Amino acid sequence: MTLALLLAKAPSALDPKGPAARDLAHVFWLMVGIATVIYVVTMGLFVFGLFRKGERPTRFTDHAFIVAGGLVVPSAVVLLLAVVTIHTTHRLTRSEPNALQVEVTGYQYWWAVKYPAQRAVTANEIHIPVGEPVDITLTSVDVNHSFWVPELAGKVDLIPGKTNLIHIRADHPGTYRGLCAEFCGLQHAHMDFLVIADPPGLFRTWVADQAGDAPTDVAGEALFSRLTCAGCHTVRGTPADGTFGPDLTHLASRTTLGAVTVPNDREHLAEWVQHAQSLKRGSLMPDVDLSPDQLQAVLAYLEALK
Amino acid sequence: MTTTALPVVDEDVVETAWRDAPGLIGFLTSVDHKRIGVRYIYTAFIFFFVAGLQALVMRVQLAEPDLHVLGPSAYNQLFTMHGTTMIFLFNTPVLAGFGNYLLPLQLGTRDMAFPRLNAFSYWVFLLSGLFMFTSQFMGKAPDGGWFSYVPLTGKTYSPALNIDFWGLGVIFLGISTTVGAVNFIVTVFKMRAPGMTLNRMPVFVWSILVMGFMILFAVPALTVACGLLEMDRKVGTAFYDPLRKGSPLLFQHLFWFWGHPEVYILLVPAIGMIATIVPVFAKARLKAYVWVVTAVVGIGFVSFGLWVHHMFATGLPSQAMGFFSGASLTISIPSGIVIFALIATLWRGTVRWSTPLLYTIGFVSIFVLGGITGVMVAVMPFDWQVHDTYFVVAHFHYVLVGGVLFPIFAALYYWLPKMTGRMLSERLGKWSFWIMFAGFNLGFFPQHILGLLGMPRRIYTYPAGLGWDWLNMLSTVGGFLFGLGTAVSLYNFFWSRARGAPAGPNPWDGDTLEWSLPSPPPHENFAVIPAVSSRHPMWDGVLPAANVEGGGVDAALERQTPITEGMDTVVEDIMQVPEETYVPFLSALGVGIVFVGFLVSQVTVIVVGVVLAAAAVGVWTWRTAEDIR
Amino acid sequence: MSAAVAVPMATGRVRGLRRGTWGMWMLILTELMIFGALVGSYFYVRAGQHPWPPAGIEKPPLGKISIATVVLLGSSVPMAWAEWAIRRGHVGRLKLGLAVAWIMGAAFLANQAVEYHDLHFGIRPTVYGSLFYTITGLHGAHLLVGLVMNAVVQAKAWLGKFDGQRHHTVEIASLYWHFVDAVWILVFSSLYLSPWLLR
Ligand code: HEA
Ligand code: HEA
Ligand code: HEC
Ligand code: CUA
Ligand SMILES: [Cu+2]
Repeated sequence: MTLALLLAKAPSALDPKGPAARDLAHVFWLMVGIATVIYVVTMGLFVFGLFRKGERPTRFTDHAFIVAGGLVVPSAVVLLLAVVTIHTTHRLTRSEPNALQVEVTGYQYWWAVKYPAQRAVTANEIHIPVGEPVDITLTSVDVNHSFWVPELAGKVDLIPGKTNLIHIRADHPGTYRGLCAEFCGLQHAHMDFLVIADPPGLFRTWVADQAGDAPTDVAGEALFSRLTCAGCHTVRGTPADGTFGPDLTHLASRTTLGAVTVPNDREHLAEWVQHAQSLKRGSLMPDVDLSPDQLQAVLAYLEALK
Repeated sequence: MTTTALPVVDEDVVETAWRDAPGLIGFLTSVDHKRIGVRYIYTAFIFFFVAGLQALVMRVQLAEPDLHVLGPSAYNQLFTMHGTTMIFLFNTPVLAGFGNYLLPLQLGTRDMAFPRLNAFSYWVFLLSGLFMFTSQFMGKAPDGGWFSYVPLTGKTYSPALNIDFWGLGVIFLGISTTVGAVNFIVTVFKMRAPGMTLNRMPVFVWSILVMGFMILFAVPALTVACGLLEMDRKVGTAFYDPLRKGSPLLFQHLFWFWGHPEVYILLVPAIGMIATIVPVFAKARLKAYVWVVTAVVGIGFVSFGLWVHHMFATGLPSQAMGFFSGASLTISIPSGIVIFALIATLWRGTVRWSTPLLYTIGFVSIFVLGGITGVMVAVMPFDWQVHDTYFVVAHFHYVLVGGVLFPIFAALYYWLPKMTGRMLSERLGKWSFWIMFAGFNLGFFPQHILGLLGMPRRIYTYPAGLGWDWLNMLSTVGGFLFGLGTAVSLYNFFWSRARGAPAGPNPWDGDTLEWSLPSPPPHENFAVIPAVSSRHPMWDGVLPAANVEGGGVDAALERQTPITEGMDTVVEDIMQVPEETYVPFLSALGVGIVFVGFLVSQVTVIVVGVVLAAAAVGVWTWRTAEDIR
Repeated sequence: MSAAVAVPMATGRVRGLRRGTWGMWMLILTELMIFGALVGSYFYVRAGQHPWPPAGIEKPPLGKISIATVVLLGSSVPMAWAEWAIRRGHVGRLKLGLAVAWIMGAAFLANQAVEYHDLHFGIRPTVYGSLFYTITGLHGAHLLVGLVMNAVVQAKAWLGKFDGQRHHTVEIASLYWHFVDAVWILVFSSLYLSPWLLR
């Protein structure tokens, strides 16, 4: 499957592609080091105790042993980790001036993405300029979700009635898988998204394209606006102005459908439009009954929404 | 070893005063703490195997990418019920069961402080468990996860009854947990045998005491969390509704104010079990008893200041959260003290390689690893990466299985002979342990890596090609192996009932008072109440009879037992142990009907329940201990 | 071979708290946490909002409720007196004290009912109403249980079940009564006073 090829790698927190994730990977490896020492020493003492025979005296008194192992060493470790916590938290929550502002809103099983200054709107795909800081404000219209791009940063929840903020930055161009990490209902498993880090020039053309209305005079527009689709989806520049589902104005420029459930090609698009419920059971996009002619017209129309 | 100097009495005569009616009547009416305790343990284990099977079904679905064994709805119900059952209906009650069984025996008395309340708390536990599982049979099991976050579990997004089974069931069960805790605390303070001063109390009793206080402080928050949830769902209030100025985060605060202490409510008695068993099998006294007890009490206190570490990703102000991060780190200190006290004890002794000891090895080696990953996730920024991933799933199975389940198995192999009078097979026990140990690590270690590779928890399936496939397969295989290991112990149990060697009073050369009694102990426990003069009464010389009012055979014949007071356990009064009665069962049934009424929103049903419960409680309290005497 | 150790028994009056009293104290501890959690929720929700109470809802009027508060807290006096009396064996005064306390408690509850009727905001439209009615309602439910307990103790007194030696039930019931009174201070000061005092 093309999608598998496209993203045939783990969204690994240990393969950082941005400063935040890199800091966290360092913290992880530091802790693994400490943990290994503690675990090995503790288990060594334990196993030794298991095989030791009888009341032979040891050099340490019991209390000195317990105080050393249970109080002194852990206190030192705790202190070290507290410093690490404060330091890292400070670095990760620091705002940078001139960061690109993006607003992400969680919906049951998909993500609405807005670039307020550029007036661009899209869904399930966030393009960012490589090497530039990005501030993403997060909120939800329905239930809790959580925004997580393991290769770039930690996660922050999207909570209705509350606005959260996360700072990300990508150091290398590429496509990074994001996931919804807070259980949000039936299709929590298929609520992924893509963060695509483009060279700044490319990014700016992209964002300008997304800001524009849909191409006009495309065949099928009238049909689409008449069908139920228009009640849920917006295609800017046409009468379709539903807000229940993702904005489709530039659908054809996206790589996947249904929050990274299937690739965006004609075959899957046809399947999705008619049988969204078999591709993503429980999602809020209904199966739509279309005659073959209507289907072809709608597909052609959607594919023209570049 | 102690030679009991208790006078020889004709057990049969004393026993007739205490024996329950035969058959179903006795089953419904008994107030004997031993029967109730064992019943708690068996019932909880049935829930354990059910929840284990649920987990295995989940593991089949996750074995390979894009499988369709389960749909999303079935999967969500399964993990919710798996977690809920394991925490609410297995772990907490099974520990309460051991507490019930052992407290009077280890303290040297003839029953709990409130025997009828004890029966009541069992019936509420059973009925609330059935209440929650009814949903499963209806295919409408709760599906919001074991912490059921709003708004997902609000009426708008979960309109069906599923969540109500959870919310109401949890409140219902809370009644059982709470009255049980009251019973433990009062038993410890008022029922100790003469000479059983606080500093001679077995560690297990200490741990149950701490557990009891933690329950009293923690469970109300859960009750309020679920109460407000049900108000929102059934009455239409606005507590968690952001559109009407309510706060979804309020639920998380309330839930975790209970939820975090809860995991130590489980850990603390497990520590008590381990600290009882290790010295017996190392043939050495527990080193630093005072340190261990202080550490356990300390864990109890500190655990109330950590709850926000489950909410690091919610975007609260980071300074405030940093405080909870630091506090979470400090809990490794008392835990470390306990671990090192156990190690020091081992150093002083010579180990006897019996099954209970093997399970304590499982405890130390798995719990320490789980504790260390706990410390890692307590580092707030790192938790931002692994929160709600399989890394956390791995953490809590390491601490729950290693830190709580393995001790429970150790305790079973140690105390079942006391309860049933028959030994378990050592050979099967060792097989069971090693299979469980291997299966556990095979099943759950890979989950750490899965989490780091980006696999979130609570997903019913995942795409191929993300590098998660083989680790999930390993995890499934390990899960099944672990289940097989528990099945061997289950078989061992039935084998022992049929064929086990008679246990005799003290098969392990244990140090606490229960080992002075025959196995199983007679209904009245102690025909003559002993006088305690040591922390290890069975290891230190003779165990004389306490010549106190209410302590003798004459009192035993009258179903009486002494009540003591203060640090020095002076006998201040005599308690009349109530006869068997239907009243606790009927009260619990009445309360159960009330909850069914709430569930189906039928006022008449609620009224019927209230009337039944009120009538039963009326009968119950009409004749108080004073009136009986 | 029976070596018996004689341990002294405290004779006469019991020295420590009795079993039942201990039990009731523990129950009170838990109940206090329930009210604590609710009042905590009240302040948590409130912390994020201006104005409080939300626009369109007036601050809770303090007139009648202050009198009712005095009555409720005052009911602890006859209750304590009743308990004091039965310790000395005066069953008649016990009955009287219980009755007076009962009437005062019932009067408070009646006022609560009237207040619910008069208030112009509902339990559903805002979280303020939800909190207000739920917390005061829960307290009212506790008071109702107290009234039932009080009545049961009264009935037992009439049946001659209490005297100077046997009156443990009275102690337990009155402990609960005092708790219901005392926790009202918490509820009153947060639900009624705090909107006036804090902004
Ligand atoms: C019995 C159960 C149990 C126990 C004992 C623990 C013990 C600990 N837990 Fe765990 N925890 C859970 C059950 C438990 N936990 C559950 C069920 C969840 C998930 C809930 C859910 O989301 O579903 C959870 C989740 C959880 C989180 C939230 C993770 C997240 O959701 O993102 C955190 C964060 O701080 C945490 C921390 C800790 C810490 C610091 C300890 C410490 O107490 C550990 C202390 C022990 C040791 C450290 C080992 C012994 C000590 C030494 C050998 C001394 C030297 C060691 C050092 C200095 C490191 N736990
Ligand atoms: C003590 C607690 C406990 C225990 C022992 C277990 C045991 C197991 N757990 Fe569980 N688990 C939790 C507590 C526990 N779990 C909690 C709290 C959650 C969180 C839920 C949530 O997110 O809401 C969770 C979540 C959880 C998940 C994550 C689900 C998800 O996020 O999508 C997984 C996945 O692998 C899992 C697997 C297992 C497995 C394979 C076992 C195995 O150890 C099971 C072993 C199998 C058996 C014990 C059964 C053996 C059967 C027999 C012997 C047959 C007997 C037959 C009869 C009697 C008829 N658990
Ligand atoms: C009841 C509302 C509703 C109707 C009617 C509806 N949709 Fe949707 N649609 C949705 C929702 C909700 C989603 C997001 C589903 C998800 O990913 O979980 C969606 C997703 C989509 C997507 C994928 C978008 C993306 O970026 O992933 C396409 C394409 C789509 N719809 C096309 C259509 C067409 C064409 C029609 C009419 C023939 C239609 N929809 C009718 C609600 C609706
Ligand atoms: Cu959105 Cu999970
Ligand atoms: Cu915790």
